[in-house]
Amino acid sequence: MSFFGFGQNAELELVLSDAESRRRAEHKTEEGKKEKYFLFYDGETVSGRVILTLKHPNKRLEHKGIKVEFIGQIELYYDRGNHHEFVSLVKDLARPGEFTQSQTFDFEFTHVEKPYESYTGQNVKLRYFLRATVSRRLNDVVKEMDIVVHTLSTYPELNSSIKMEVGIEDCLHIEFEYNKSKYHLKDVIVGKIYFLLVRIKIKHMEIDIIKRETTGTGPNVYHENDTIAKYEIMDGAPVRGESIPIRLFLAGYELTPTMRDINKKFSVRYYLNLVLIDEEERRYFKQQEVVLLRKGDIVRKSMSHQAAIASQLFEGTSSHAEARTPSQPAENNGRQ
Amino acid sequence: MMSEATVADTRRLNLKPQDLTDAYGPPSNFLEIDIFNPQTVGVGRARYTSYELRMRTNLPIFKLKESCVRRRYSDFEWLKNELERDSKIVVPPLPGKALKRQLPFRGDEGIFEESFIEERRQGLEQFINKIAGHPLAQNERCLHMFLQEEAIDRNYVPGKVRQ
Repeated sequence: MSFFGFGQNAELELVLSDAESRRRAEHKTEEGKKEKYFLFYDGETVSGRVILTLKHPNKRLEHKGIKVEFIGQIELYYDRGNHHEFVSLVKDLARPGEFTQSQTFDFEFTHVEKPYESYTGQNVKLRYFLRATVSRRLNDVVKEMDIVVHTLSTYPELNSSIKMEVGIEDCLHIEFEYNKSKYHLKDVIVGKIYFLLVRIKIKHMEIDIIKRETTGTGPNVYHENDTIAKYEIMDGAPVRGESIPIRLFLAGYELTPTMRDINKKFSVRYYLNLVLIDEEERRYFKQQEVVLLRKGDIVRKSMSHQAAIASQLFEGTSSHAEARTPSQPAENNGRQ
Repeated sequence: MMSEATVADTRRLNLKPQDLTDAYGPPSNFLEIDIFNPQTVGVGRARYTSYELRMRTNLPIFKLKESCVRRRYSDFEWLKNELERDSKIVVPPLPGKALKRQLPFRGDEGIFEESFIEERRQGLEQFINKIAGHPLAQNERCLHMFLQEEAIDRNYVPGKVRQ
């Protein structure tokens, strides 16, 4: 918070040394607005300068020290007074004294550990920020700058599919399969639902993505469930032996990576909920956890190369599809 | 020749081809209950209306694939109470009890009025179809007795049909 009070002489500004080249990422604020912040990864150096500007250059600015901090903290909304800092670095910029003119201070936090991803949720917030402080007798001058941290995962070597047979005895038996158990944020969930036994009158079937945010420990655990997506995959009544395919593109939804027990304070987990609804609006469902990961950005090949790969994948399944090649001569070649 | 796929593989998983007898066979969820043929029997205070209840199904949990019984409104009330007590389902509402219609000095036939009987018949038909299709209600002995046995034994032993 910076104080724009009556009689305030000093203004602080924080500028990163690589502000021109560093990428920015969108992140939702607590109020739900989307804003862009500088993006950092674990281990990266955070460097820049603090600019102290005197509004009235003739008046002296007496102070008890100037410092800059890099802080990573977890804030539980129901317990705002207690911030849990898991990263706290400080650099003193100036000893107590006085200023008669504006000044700039360089700082560098080398190879800063940023173990967790920035997260703004329903009941908890994890944020990283720089804070410059001019300590004074009565009130400090403070300036904060939030940054966003992403944690990347390498693609897991073992990524088995999820395949299960579930049902109500003698009533409804299905076998569902999802091609993987770990998905990245721009991945596609490919799956199928196979009906082994259908003795109820099904009207339609959908798949929901549910986000569960868990805060607190022990007896004070609180789960907040949020349905991020509802995607209808079948309309009508299936019979025994039918297979319904699933193809759900995750890039269209606001998802974060799965976060397990972050600093022992909170978790964010995702579940696929398969829901069948019968003609009397009764709901039958099966929930299954999926792990979401953030993958490093893939270098984009040209569009035509991507299209070529996609068509190879498609034509691999239909052996009798005739592929048109550009080398076939056009019919009216050579005509005037 | 697969270069590193920068495009996600969205091909369908292996689907088992469906057996033609499964695809074109009758559905295994056939359940129809009709309520019709209301008849008012008895005299004076002991008069009441009963309805014919015909059930056709191919669900294996019902012993008879076709059955036909006669039931009156209080039998439906009995069934609703049994299910509310023993099963975990939320039982849908019955059509109204119409106490006002049973008061004396009415200009019409009261609860034996044709239009009222028809309204009640429709409500009872909706009620019983909703319940009979519920997998949890199908486990209750009271439902099977109500649908398929000639008379309701109010001294029966409540219980489940499946183990």
